[in-house]
Amino acid sequence: MPEKKIQISITVNGERHDLEVAAHETLLQLLRDQLDLTGTKKCCGEGECGACTVIMDGHTVNSCIILAAEADGSEVLTIEGLSEKGKPSALQTAFLDKGAVQCGFCTPGMIMAAHYLLMNNPNPTVDEIKEGLAGNLCRCTGYKKIVEAVRTVAEDGE
Amino acid sequence: MKSFQYLRPETLNDALVMLEQFGDSAKPLLGGTDLITRIQRGQADLNAVIDLKHVQDISSSIEAGTSMITVGARVVLSDLVRNEHVQKFFPALVDAASTVGSIQIRNRATLVGNICNASPAADTVPTLIVYRASVTVAGTEVKRSVPLKDFFLGPGKTVCGPSELVISVHIPLPGKPFGAAFGRLTRRKGVDLATINMACGIDAKSITTFVFGAVGPTPITTSDESGNLAKTDLPESQRDEILKSLIHQTSPISDVRAGKNYRQATLLSIGRRVLFQAQQRYHLQAG
Repeated sequence: MPEKKIQISITVNGERHDLEVAAHETLLQLLRDQLDLTGTKKCCGEGECGACTVIMDGHTVNSCIILAAEADGSEVLTIEGLSEKGKPSALQTAFLDKGAVQCGFCTPGMIMAAHYLLMNNPNPTVDEIKEGLAGNLCRCTGYKKIVEAVRTVAEDGE
Repeated sequence: MKSFQYLRPETLNDALVMLEQFGDSAKPLLGGTDLITRIQRGQADLNAVIDLKHVQDISSSIEAGTSMITVGARVVLSDLVRNEHVQKFFPALVDAASTVGSIQIRNRATLVGNICNASPAADTVPTLIVYRASVTVAGTEVKRSVPLKDFFLGPGKTVCGPSELVISVHIPLPGKPFGAAFGRLTRRKGVDLATINMACGIDAKSITTFVFGAVGPTPITTSDESGNLAKTDLPESQRDEILKSLIHQTSPISDVRAGKNYRQATLLSIGRRVLFQAQQRYHLQAG
């Protein structure tokens, strides 16, 4: 039986797209394969590691365990949408300055989770940062520099 | 991945009719944090996924009444733990729901999904049972109310039939004083399933109830009706003796997360901790 495609409309980084998706296609696949937004990474594929984190309708989600069809009508922000006029955001710059990036694979998801944390809590404590990033695994940095980078852009960041 | 149909009903009746048509080969979809993972692993052989997030008569809000709060099936865990009524009346539920997955998971996963997935390790379930929660199960013909303690039949199995849906959770406001607490053991903080979990509740009659998770096919509910466990001045040896008799009713297994002996040993140490916090909350209300 040929698979029936589903028509969806999705706004990604402020740009609206009308697309056809397969029922089993994930939001992550849509972003990477249809829209060529490859900043969002596929890693565990089951919602454990956070590499695929994007902000959907104002909340972070694991895009690897959301069907593209479920994202119909939603607004999605990916790592590509964070830069301002082609320049890295303050948070992205802080990651670079603090050396919070090593292999870089977790970084887009980590930054989206940190961006969401700062949206809701502009001045997080170290413990709040750790809790805010608990859904994002990094196997290189040991997290210390990531937490430092987020602290830098907190309101009273040092 | 095997192809399936994605269906998006807008009324409860349409959703139930779809479920009836497909029977076992369809699954309802809310947050999908378990279902989509299972589909991707090839563990769910489905012809259809029925997305309930657009069903208008399934609520996405938390209603606070005079005798209970009602949590609609579309309420995600992040909204549950932020809700002021839940925070005020059900602190142990906030503690439990805050441990599920990660923020990304809780932004998506629903309380009803955590219940209906029927994992023996479901973190919200022991606490909900301690708070005497019930669920409303809707079929095409009738709706019925089922106490949560009677809802589970085994891992992944509940009394909810293949063409029925749980549409809401009802949690009665506890009579005062009431103290409840939640505890769990995991290998890492964040995004880990419970090795064991439990909730403890002490009610106005000084009956102490423990519900243990991940140590049997379904949550195990046990009570001390002597009133002794509720006493803060009970000698430690007597406290441990009663706790051990309650823990004796569990049947932990060895699996990837822990061995049976380790589970049994940690039941006692976490049990003490959870009891202590429940007592504290109880005496805060008792004055």
